[in-house]
Amino acid sequence: MNFISILLILLVLLMLFTLMVVISSRLLFAAISLAATSILVTILMFMLDSPLAAVFELSICAGLITVVIMTTINFVKPLTQKDLLKTRKRRFKKYVGLPIVLAIIGLLASITIKPIALKLPKIIQETNVLNVLWDFRQTDLLGQSILLLIGVFGILVLFREGQNK
Amino acid sequence: MLALFVLIPLISVLLLNLFRLDFIKKVASWYGMLLALVQICLVLFVPIDLFKPGVFSTYFAFNFTIDSLSILMLLTIGIVVFTAIIVGQFTYTDETKNFNFLNLILLTLAAMNGLVMVSDIFSLYVYIEIIAVASFVLISTYKDKIGLESVFKYIVLSITATSFILLSIVIFLLISGNTSFESISNAIKNPENSSFVTVAVALFTCGTFTKGGLVPFHGWLPDAHSSAPSSVSILLSGIVIKVTGIYPLIRIMCLAGESGNSVRKVLMFIGALSIVVGALASLGQNDIKRMLAFSSVSQMGYIVLSLGTGTALGLAGAAFHMFNHAIFKSQLFANAAAVERQTGTRDMDKLGGLASKMPVTGGTSIIAMLSISGIPPLSGFWSKLLIIIALWQSTNYAYAFIAVIASVITLAYFLSMQRKVFFGQVAQGLENVKEAKLGLITPAVILAILTIFIGLFFPLILNKLIFPIEYILK
Repeated sequence: MNFISILLILLVLLMLFTLMVVISSRLLFAAISLAATSILVTILMFMLDSPLAAVFELSICAGLITVVIMTTINFVKPLTQKDLLKTRKRRFKKYVGLPIVLAIIGLLASITIKPIALKLPKIIQETNVLNVLWDFRQTDLLGQSILLLIGVFGILVLFREGQNK
Repeated sequence: MLALFVLIPLISVLLLNLFRLDFIKKVASWYGMLLALVQICLVLFVPIDLFKPGVFSTYFAFNFTIDSLSILMLLTIGIVVFTAIIVGQFTYTDETKNFNFLNLILLTLAAMNGLVMVSDIFSLYVYIEIIAVASFVLISTYKDKIGLESVFKYIVLSITATSFILLSIVIFLLISGNTSFESISNAIKNPENSSFVTVAVALFTCGTFTKGGLVPFHGWLPDAHSSAPSSVSILLSGIVIKVTGIYPLIRIMCLAGESGNSVRKVLMFIGALSIVVGALASLGQNDIKRMLAFSSVSQMGYIVLSLGTGTALGLAGAAFHMFNHAIFKSQLFANAAAVERQTGTRDMDKLGGLASKMPVTGGTSIIAMLSISGIPPLSGFWSKLLIIIALWQSTNYAYAFIAVIASVITLAYFLSMQRKVFFGQVAQGLENVKEAKLGLITPAVILAILTIFIGLFFPLILNKLIFPIEYILK
């Protein structure tokens, strides 16, 4: 099996898992599909010679998805069998056309978009994580720390406040 | 020195939460107000040349820079955050909730300050996302069905917007080899890249339209702004849509230069459409905050329409209206918060005759209403006048006509609001309503005074804050 075929299989799997995140009627299953999506993105990035992006995807999403799964388990209230069937039917009707639309878009894109030979800029070629973060993206690191704190207060405000009600 | 605008609010949050003592929770709001006031004073009274790289530049390489546009934005951010913190004290009765709100608002302040000072398009994207995440949390603090539903809508549209912005950044990175504004500006000057530049600018613009709540990307704005707590509505309508929608748009259009001419035509169309749709939608609202939210869509349209002229005067008009809108819209939301707190409703059909019961709220509301409708000599008149002159000079007569007519519609829906809420007979059940507490009417009074001051001394404001912005076109 050649490189392109593996990439295509991974992309199709990626599409299926992202669809499952959106259309799954079980919250926990959606969270697990999200984790699978993240792993697939990581593999794709490694295969496409972007180890730095892959490491970031894996490290950030691993943390994020743990929080999502933990929160889901905490808050989830199982559906009854009847509700589950009803929700599944409704969602199936709603999203059944989506894979076809995506497949047509993909097909059209593969026909019309031609590969462009571009010289990658220096920053992308740099593979040392510390150099990239500290020399080039310090402002973004500052932003990341703000985001981290917003996440903490988000959890406090949305999940902790009024928990005893 | 510049990094301090970001670092101080950030470190403040860490210090305030180190012990989370009751005493700290009590004084935290005052500290937040002080920070916002210091920011306003620094921006107004410290010359721009003094904001040079300081001791931090030895150890850190934050790529923050400052120019006249950043100065105006920092001032606007300071004013709106100050107002939001005061109103927040009356929005959240629970001390812990108010403390958490203050922490989130300080983090949003840090992110907004960072956004208006970055000199790199990817950092711009990072800070846009941070503000969006903070907004999601702030809007959903009541955790009611309407609030959560509006946040979900906002998240979906926001993700679409940032996808457009990211795609445009990818194109800019590929043509310029870097994401700094300087590299992009140089790459844009190369005629070989013109088609790529047009696509990238168009994608970026689509993203900012959603963030700025412009028609037809405005679906999230009325729901989010009306369902959010009043102090958050002030923050969203007063500054967030400008910092994440209009400011990046101004930056990209100034960078694009001649290459953005085709996109400018779209800007003008979308601007005019937003003005008309926002104004007409405001006419049919019963909820005060929802009406104000639709009014924001309309006023954002004025800013984008002016920006679309591509002239120096158009840019000045856009920047001046953005500044004025932040002030009178914050004031109107503060008035709405006072009315809601004292009467328990925002439904205009259930209100009436409040001017006699709440004279200060009613009086300041009239000033803001006249200003937003473009009545002389208040601040809104001068910024709308600049916009109309810019449109006329650039031979966009039809758009100038639309801007004038929509101003009359603005006056109509605000007069209707005044009549329903403040004039006429006192509505049933509101006989015992009293004026809001001093703390809640103070921001409205300060902002009303500011609206009158800017209107009377507009040459001072134009020369000191607005006209220096024109240089970024060069």
